[in-house]
Amino acid sequence: MALAITEDCVRCWACLPLCPNEAISAGAAGFDIDPQRCTECVGDFAAPQCGEICPAEGALVDAWGHALNPPGSLGGAPVAAAAPAPGPRPGC
Amino acid sequence: MPASLSSPSASAASAGCGASRCGGTASQIDALDSPLRQKVQDHPCYSAEAHRHFARMHVAVAPACNIQCNYCNRKYDCSNESRPGVVSEVLSPEQAVHKVLAVAAAIPQMSVLGIAGPGDALANAERSFAVFDALARRAPDLRLCLSTNGLMLPAYVERIVAARIDHVTITINCLDPDIGARIYPWIFWNHRRIHGREAARILVAQQQLGLEMLVARGVLVKVNSVMIPGINDAHLPEVSRVVRAKGAFLHNVMPLISDPAHGTAFGLAGQRGPDAAELAALQDACEGGASMMRHCQQCRADAVGMLGEDRGAEFTLEKIAHLQIDEAAAMQRRVALRAQINAGPGGTGAAEASAAVLPFARAATPPARGVRMAVASRDGRHVDQHFGHAERFHILEVDGEGVRWLGERAAARYCGGEAECGEQDNLLARTVATLADCEVVLCARIGMAPWQALESAGIRPDGEHAMEPVAAAAQAVWHALRDAGRLTAAPFEDQKRA
Ligand code: SF4
Ligand code: SF4
Repeated sequence: MALAITEDCVRCWACLPLCPNEAISAGAAGFDIDPQRCTECVGDFAAPQCGEICPAEGALVDAWGHALNPPGSLGGAPVAAAAPAPGPRPGC
Repeated sequence: MPASLSSPSASAASAGCGASRCGGTASQIDALDSPLRQKVQDHPCYSAEAHRHFARMHVAVAPACNIQCNYCNRKYDCSNESRPGVVSEVLSPEQAVHKVLAVAAAIPQMSVLGIAGPGDALANAERSFAVFDALARRAPDLRLCLSTNGLMLPAYVERIVAARIDHVTITINCLDPDIGARIYPWIFWNHRRIHGREAARILVAQQQLGLEMLVARGVLVKVNSVMIPGINDAHLPEVSRVVRAKGAFLHNVMPLISDPAHGTAFGLAGQRGPDAAELAALQDACEGGASMMRHCQQCRADAVGMLGEDRGAEFTLEKIAHLQIDEAAAMQRRVALRAQINAGPGGTGAAEASAAVLPFARAATPPARGVRMAVASRDGRHVDQHFGHAERFHILEVDGEGVRWLGERAAARYCGGEAECGEQDNLLARTVATLADCEVVLCARIGMAPWQALESAGIRPDGEHAMEPVAAAAQAVWHALRDAGRLTAAPFEDQKRA
């Protein structure tokens, strides 16, 4: 029972200090979760803390490879819905 | 570099700063109570005067963020607030402290240390306070400041006060959660991700509470807002009014920077940023609210130096790794320089010290002779003043190597309004005589009579570089003169002298 970090990680550091088990590390190759330490936050929090704060869709996956934040789940949907979007202006 | 083109003392603010153009104008600063004035006086970001003499530095120790803004792509860096561009290195708190001490030893103007990201200073509270606490011990003369989105602010107000941080910048883009829902898709709050209007409601409430708590504890608060046309532009005058009523000292409206290539939600949705006229109109509309900071140049989170310049490349970790720093001696130098700068109207030495420590940019052009120029500049950095309104001129020596600041000359104000008009011709003649050794006068605008008076004295009036940075304008004029073949002869040789 452990999560893993994929190539979609943007290396923002947000997850690292939140992990109750110090399972996350920042190495030269990117961010990584130690599967021996990760408990998916069970017993500590209602939801995996890394998954709750991660801004990158697809960066965190469970043991079956399912993304905690699948494509479209974190985007700024309200923008597209609410703002009639004028095209970029020349010179802007 | 134009940072040192200035009158040397903060007390010159009354002469140098028109009420509507600069952030903390003289009258606004005078109106502050004395401890507050002290805090503002030598802050290069807050005082329209101080930003010419004092340097600030940000260290990138706070990479994590706890909210998502639609103008931010976390893959790179926050493109708004105080930190567009890419932060080159995320520092550990220990590295950051070493870097600050190294820079403060090399640049005695260093007076402010800020933590402004690339994420949120308070989403990385342990890292941020590790830096603040160490510097409070080892360089207690430095002023500390931080930038935050405000979400965690109420929780850390006591810690902020304890660390003697006296400037906090909060980015507040709205008061209305419905507007907020279009700017912030989610926040991380109480160990959960919260989406939509509820997220915006919590964020807005935390920001406002944090603002009130900081003001109550005597901490100076600046508010930044990002102007997003069609979303919060009509709302920002209200934001300005409210944050000022609550005690924010400055309100700084900046334009949304939006480009599909940045990969931000706004960029991808085609949300545009404001054009210059829209931004200026909104800043005007907010002017009755908190003081606007128009000299603000958005700087990078790891910026080093005076506002508007960045000397970060001189202080990479590699270069400072083995540096031995005499911290006590460095602090003495800083304190002495500050005393000199604050000494008042007589402290011309300060501007010279600035010029000596901060070398001007060098352009790689073959030498032709130098040209002396006079510049009408109210803020000391831009060609922003009407010739007839100038109370003083900056005198520059410009050549292919760069721009050197020679000093300042008082003008006889020939156009001070109806009352003085009887004396007008006399005053104009006196002003022209003051500038007799200059070949060029740069100003934002100039009337017909002074134009003719200057020309007949052999001085070229130049109003074509209005609002441009002083040094860039002066260099452009010099290059134009050189290209026109006018710099091979001795000064004034091709012109009729009066
Ligand atoms: S799920 Fe929880 S325990 Fe596992 S890495 Fe993420 S924060 Fe740590
Ligand atoms: S929060 Fe997500 S994107 Fe950021 S470092 Fe952790 S896994 Fe990577």
